[in-house]
Amino acid sequence: MAETQKGIATERIATQTMDLKEKLLASFMAFENQVDMDHPVHDIRSEAIRNFESRGFPHRKMEAWKYTSLAPLQKVDFSLFPKEDNTLDYREVKQYFLHEVDTYKIVFIDGIYSSYLSETTHDGVDICLMSSALNKPMYRPIIDVYFNKVASREESLTSLNTAFTREGAYIYIPKNKAPRKPVEILHLSTGNEASLLLQPRNLIVVEENAELQVIERHQSLTSNEVLTNSVTEIFAAKDAIVDYYKVQTDRPTASLIDNTYIDQKTNSQVSVHTFAFGGKLTRNNLNFYQDGNHMNSILKGVTILADKQHVDHHTLVHHQQPDCESHQDYKGIFGDQSTGVFNGKIIVDKIAQKTNAFQQNNNLLISDKASVNTKPQLEIFADDVKCSHGCTIGQLDQDALFYLRSRGIAKKEAEALLMYAFANNVLESVRIPELKGRINRLIAEKLGVHLGFDL
Amino acid sequence: MLKIKNLHAGVENKKILKGINLEVNPGEIHAIMGPNGSGKSTLASVIAGKEEFTVSRGKILFEGEDIDEMSPEERAHNGIFLSFQYPVEIPGVSVTNFMKTAINESRKAKGQPDMPANQMLKLIREKAELLEIDRKFLSRSLNEGFSGGEKKRNEIFQMAMMQPKLGILDETDSGLDIDALRIVANGVNRLRSEDNAFVVITHYQRLLDHIIPDFVHVIHDGKIVKSGDKELALELEEKGYDWIKQEAVL
Repeated sequence: MAETQKGIATERIATQTMDLKEKLLASFMAFENQVDMDHPVHDIRSEAIRNFESRGFPHRKMEAWKYTSLAPLQKVDFSLFPKEDNTLDYREVKQYFLHEVDTYKIVFIDGIYSSYLSETTHDGVDICLMSSALNKPMYRPIIDVYFNKVASREESLTSLNTAFTREGAYIYIPKNKAPRKPVEILHLSTGNEASLLLQPRNLIVVEENAELQVIERHQSLTSNEVLTNSVTEIFAAKDAIVDYYKVQTDRPTASLIDNTYIDQKTNSQVSVHTFAFGGKLTRNNLNFYQDGNHMNSILKGVTILADKQHVDHHTLVHHQQPDCESHQDYKGIFGDQSTGVFNGKIIVDKIAQKTNAFQQNNNLLISDKASVNTKPQLEIFADDVKCSHGCTIGQLDQDALFYLRSRGIAKKEAEALLMYAFANNVLESVRIPELKGRINRLIAEKLGVHLGFDL
Repeated sequence: MLKIKNLHAGVENKKILKGINLEVNPGEIHAIMGPNGSGKSTLASVIAGKEEFTVSRGKILFEGEDIDEMSPEERAHNGIFLSFQYPVEIPGVSVTNFMKTAINESRKAKGQPDMPANQMLKLIREKAELLEIDRKFLSRSLNEGFSGGEKKRNEIFQMAMMQPKLGILDETDSGLDIDALRIVANGVNRLRSEDNAFVVITHYQRLLDHIIPDFVHVIHDGKIVKSGDKELALELEEKGYDWIKQEAVL
C-alpha cells in the first residue's frame, strides 16, 4: 500500500518536470486510443503531430513571435484531458451568453459539449458538433472536402490543435440558406482542474449565397489557469456573407491563442470583429485567403487593456485574384503596464490587379508604462493596386479633454468619453444591435465609467 | 460675480496676460476686443481653467471665491461656461448624448439625481428651437463634419442647455455668416437675465451690433488698455487697433 502511494507520488513529480511539448507528445498516444484511428482525419492528425514535434512551440527568436513569449505558459503543468462530468447551471453562466437575443448555442464546459446549455439544429442547416461531424458518415463528404484545407500545415500551434482534433463547433449552411438567428459558440472552463489546456477545433462552411453570424467567447469561471489553443476554419463560398464576432474578455489567468483561417470565394463578404478586453495573454492569428473576384474582407478590432495584459494581433490578408478589397481597422487603448502588438500583413499577388487594401492601426497609450508595437507588412507584387496603411501611437488630446471638462464632465469620464469616441467607428459595423449594446457596456466597464447612454 | 485682479498668466516661459483687471456684475455684458495675439483667448481659457496656462500673479474670484485651484469641471459646475473658438469633434457621441452626459455629470457633482428623460427631452427641444437647430442635427456626432456656423450655433445651444451664470463667448462670430450671426446673437439675448452675465470676446465689432455690450474693453499685449461703452467698439471698427497700440506705448 505504502509502495503504491509512493509510486503515484513519483509519477506526479515526473509529469510536473516534463515540459509542455514533451507532455503533449507523450499524451498523443493516449489520445489516439480515444478516437477513430481509421478515419481519414486521423492521417491528418498524425501528420500534424509530427509537424509539431519537429517545430515545437514558437519562440521569440522567430520574427512573428518577437513580442509574445509563450515560455511562461510552457512551464505550467496543464491537464490535457479534463474530466467528463462537469455541469453548470444556466443561471451561473447566463451573463456570458448574449441573452438579450435569441441564438443557437454551442456550449462547451472544459472542452466537453454541454447539451444542456446548448441549442443546436439540423433544420435546413447544421449547427452542431465537430465530434458528430467526425463520427457520422453523412458528414464525411464535407469533412473530406474542407477539414484542414485552409488551416496552415506549417504553423506549429495550428498543427498541435489539428493533432488533437476531437471537439468544437461544426456549422454547415447549405446554398441559399441563412439560419434564423446568430450562433453563439461559448467555451466555459470551470477551474475544476488546477490548470487546463483546451484545443477546440471549429469548422464552418457557408455555401453559395448563404449567410451566417457567429459570436464566439471563451470564458473561465475561476482563477485557475487556462490556456486555449483554438483553430477555426471558415469557408465562404460565392456570394456568401459571414460575420464573426470574437468577444475576448476573460479572466487574468486565462490565455488564448486563436488561429482563424478564412477561405473566401467570388463576391463573398466576410467580417471578423475582435474585441480584446481581457485575459492574460492573447494571440490572434487571423488569416484571410481571397480566392476569387469582387470580394470584401473586413477585419476590425478594439483592444482595451490594463494591468499586465498582453494582446498580439497578427493579421494576414492574401489577395490572390483581381478586383478585391480588404479593410482593416484596429484600435487599441493601453493602460497600466499592458502591452499590445499589431502586425498586419497584406500580400497582393502579381495577378491580383485592382486590389484595394486598406489597413489602419491606431493606439492610445494612457499610461507611461504601457507599450505597443505596431508593424504593417505589405508585400505587393501587382502594379495597379490601391493599398494604404497607417499606424499611430498617441495620447489623449488635451484640447479635447479640456473641452469636455469645461462642460462639467469629470476628468475620468471625459477621458473615457474620448476613448469611446476613439474606438467608436469599429463598433459601427457590428450588425447585431444587442451585441453592440453588450460591447458598449463591456467597454464602459473596462474603462471603469458609467456614461448613462449607449453609443 | 467675476472679479479679476492683476492677473498674470502664461505658458512655460511665455507671459501672455500681464496684469488684467476686470469686474463683471450680474446682468452685464462685457465685450473684450483686441488685435490678434493680444491675449483675448488666453483670458477666456484661464477663466475656464485650462491647465496648460499657469497663473503666476493675481487672482480670479468667482462669486467671491478664488477659483485658481478649481478644475475645469468644477468651474463648470459653479456656473462658468466657455463657448469655444474651435470646438472639438467627438465622433460617435451625438449632440443629445453629449448634453445628457454634461448635464447629468454636473447634477451628480451637486448631489442631484439624473434629470428625468422626459424633462431632458423637453429642455433639448426648447433650446434647439431657440437656436433654430433641426432635430436631425441633434443625433449627429458632436461637431463632426459640422460647418463653422453649425459648430458655433451648437456651442450656444450647449450654453443654453447648461444655463451658466457666466457665459464666455470666445470669437463666436468668426466663421459665421450673417444669418447664423443673427441666430446666435438672438439666442444669447434671449438667455440674458438679471442673474447672469456674458463676456463676449471678439475681433470685430459686427457681433456687437446684435449683442449690445454694457462695457467694451480693449486688450493689448496682455493688458486692458482702454475701457468704455459700446461707442468704443464703433470707434475701433472705424479706426482699427493701431491707435490703441500707439496710445499704449505712450
